[in-house]
Amino acid sequence: MFEQITDKLDGIFKKVTGRGFLSEKNIKEATREIRMALLEADVNYKVVKGFVADVEADAIGREVTKSITPGQLLVKIVRDRMVDLLGGSRQGLSVSGTPPTVILLAGLQGSGKTTLAGKLALYLRNKGHSPLLAAADIHRPAAKKQLQILAESLNISFFASDDSAAGIASGSIRHAREKMLDTVIIDTAGRLQIDDELMNELQEVKKASAPNEILFVADAMTGQEALNVASEFHTRVTLTGGVLTKMDGDARGGAAMSLKAALGIPIKFIGTGEKLSDLEEFHPDRVASRILGMGDIVSLVEKAQEAVDFEAARKLEKKLLKESFTFEDFLSQLHQLKKMGPLKNLLDMIPGLNKQLKGVEVDDSGLGRIEAIINSMTRKERLMPSLIDGSRRKRIADGSGTSVQEVNQLLKQFHGMQKMIKNVSRMGMPKGFPI
Amino acid sequence: MFNRFASGLRKTRQAISNTLSDFSALLGKGNQLDQAALDELEEALILADIGAASAADIVAAIKKITDIDDPQKALADIIKNRFGSNKGKAIAPIAGPYVILIVGVNGSGKTTTIAKIAGREIGMGHKVLLAAADTFRAAAGEQLEHWADKVGADIIRQSSGSDPAAVAFDAVKAGISRSADLVLIDTAGRLQTKTNLMEELKKIKRVVDKALPGAPHEILMVMDATTGQNGLSQIDLFHQAVGLTGIVVTKLDGSAKGGVLVAAAEKFSIPIKYVGLGEKAEDLVDFDPAAFSRALVGIDE
Repeated sequence: MFEQITDKLDGIFKKVTGRGFLSEKNIKEATREIRMALLEADVNYKVVKGFVADVEADAIGREVTKSITPGQLLVKIVRDRMVDLLGGSRQGLSVSGTPPTVILLAGLQGSGKTTLAGKLALYLRNKGHSPLLAAADIHRPAAKKQLQILAESLNISFFASDDSAAGIASGSIRHAREKMLDTVIIDTAGRLQIDDELMNELQEVKKASAPNEILFVADAMTGQEALNVASEFHTRVTLTGGVLTKMDGDARGGAAMSLKAALGIPIKFIGTGEKLSDLEEFHPDRVASRILGMGDIVSLVEKAQEAVDFEAARKLEKKLLKESFTFEDFLSQLHQLKKMGPLKNLLDMIPGLNKQLKGVEVDDSGLGRIEAIINSMTRKERLMPSLIDGSRRKRIADGSGTSVQEVNQLLKQFHGMQKMIKNVSRMGMPKGFPI
Repeated sequence: MFNRFASGLRKTRQAISNTLSDFSALLGKGNQLDQAALDELEEALILADIGAASAADIVAAIKKITDIDDPQKALADIIKNRFGSNKGKAIAPIAGPYVILIVGVNGSGKTTTIAKIAGREIGMGHKVLLAAADTFRAAAGEQLEHWADKVGADIIRQSSGSDPAAVAFDAVKAGISRSADLVLIDTAGRLQTKTNLMEELKKIKRVVDKALPGAPHEILMVMDATTGQNGLSQIDLFHQAVGLTGIVVTKLDGSAKGGVLVAAAEKFSIPIKYVGLGEKAEDLVDFDPAAFSRALVGIDE
């Protein structure tokens, strides 16, 4: 995710040269390209315009201290502005004082509401809540059935009836009270914002359920129209947040930046994969860093904490930062990694790694082979990979049932990873900014 | 056809008439295209999802024309010309069933599009068989079955989670033995960057060719009209994987203008076959570049 925009911005900042201060010429050149990169990422035109003007105003004439380059200063300015644009700090879900908390999902057809409902239910249960999934999509064929199957596969309570959408919504809340369930997630039919009849229905559902959250579910691949659509939904039902789905592809999620900037609607979650566990909290500061190619160690560590125990996650964090990352660690992480979701998503979070791995296909099924290769190394080799010469490689390949080429490739990748981790920790990530 | 196209897109125009994207206000007859107008034009094009690069090209092209009498028409012509001939294959009767494989990202509207194509073809007296090869998404099979019942098509389904290639194979074989005229294969939505899922698609294609040599006769990618610049990547990667014979654009009856098609037309020579302009089967119409371009720039028909 975000790879293309990251690459673009990276190239732009490299071009900013000169010493002492950020000249107008520097800035103009850079902002022209930032504008193009953001537009190609589907950030709304008007938002881009404002963003570029803000960056220029902030940057022109700024003095550059000796320890950094003008490019780095510009990165910092752009990053700060982007964090603002994305909404500052994270906003979580609001909870009702008297249960149940009601979360209403709304959006266009095909934006991913039903899948999100399932993901959200799982997320909330993992946080200790008892969710109820309510199927109020009475229009799309088999939509109720889809939600019911999701609910059953997760072993989460489900509610549907033959009533109107509003009737199902209020029925689900009564049901939750009876069954002592503390959160109701209402899935609704996809609708065009210009479809008056269906927009009225949504207002009825809102009236019947008095939701604590009304989340606008938006496809990350949506173009400039995202803003008009969200704006109309906002006018009708007053949205409290947004969710971006399908962020695991190469969509650049420009809509994310536009929703908050233009309408003040904070993005709360992003959907990042086919599995129901592939839902991430949206942290503006971290996403801004990720867009700018600075990685997201904090999210990575949190992922580890969810899947692994706290102690192990701390150790990983320490290892990463202390540069003492060996094949031993790699192996023990491999086992836990499998629990944490698609590898590609995790690698995206490691600072700088997406650039190094560009074009490299990360295949989870390859993990087994990697594991076999590492298992065929001696302990000494795992701790000091530089020991592994030609004949050792042959032995490892034979022992693991792989080829010398595969062993070479793993060693090369591992070396690259070590080097990068070294660079990153020198820069003082993750807490500070590389200045 | 032309009228349906125009009336479908009229909603689009109504929805945007108060915004800057209202081309007609900008480009009224006899209007001078000074730098400010050109800038506004570029903005309007970008807001229509035409993309920054294509928008710049189009503005440059209109700048070159000296003495424009009708800027709106000139713009429509420039856009129309970018589509080239846009000639796709027509669904032709052949010996054995004509097989169409439907692909696309999640939520683009594949299943609904299949229902519409099936409805159209059945209306013309053809025998249609649907293959529920989306075995991944919960209740996808039920959704297709609902449509099969409704439009009067046969359907081949297996249990959820079964091999989609096997479903496609069985469906084509069934199509042959039941002498169907058309077999439409629904597949699971997949993001174009998921290599393993794209491999699965290639396998479906190979297996269908085994069931009936030469099939699938068409591979159509379904794309949501609200898609932004990511649409280019979708077309590119699906085409690389399975070789597209056409594109279907859905939900063009919303306020989205589908401008990414203009950028795509220049980049790929894959015809846009149908556009979806509403809920009903007859709302799936053939794509007409001239009508689309005129509607896009707000020329009333």
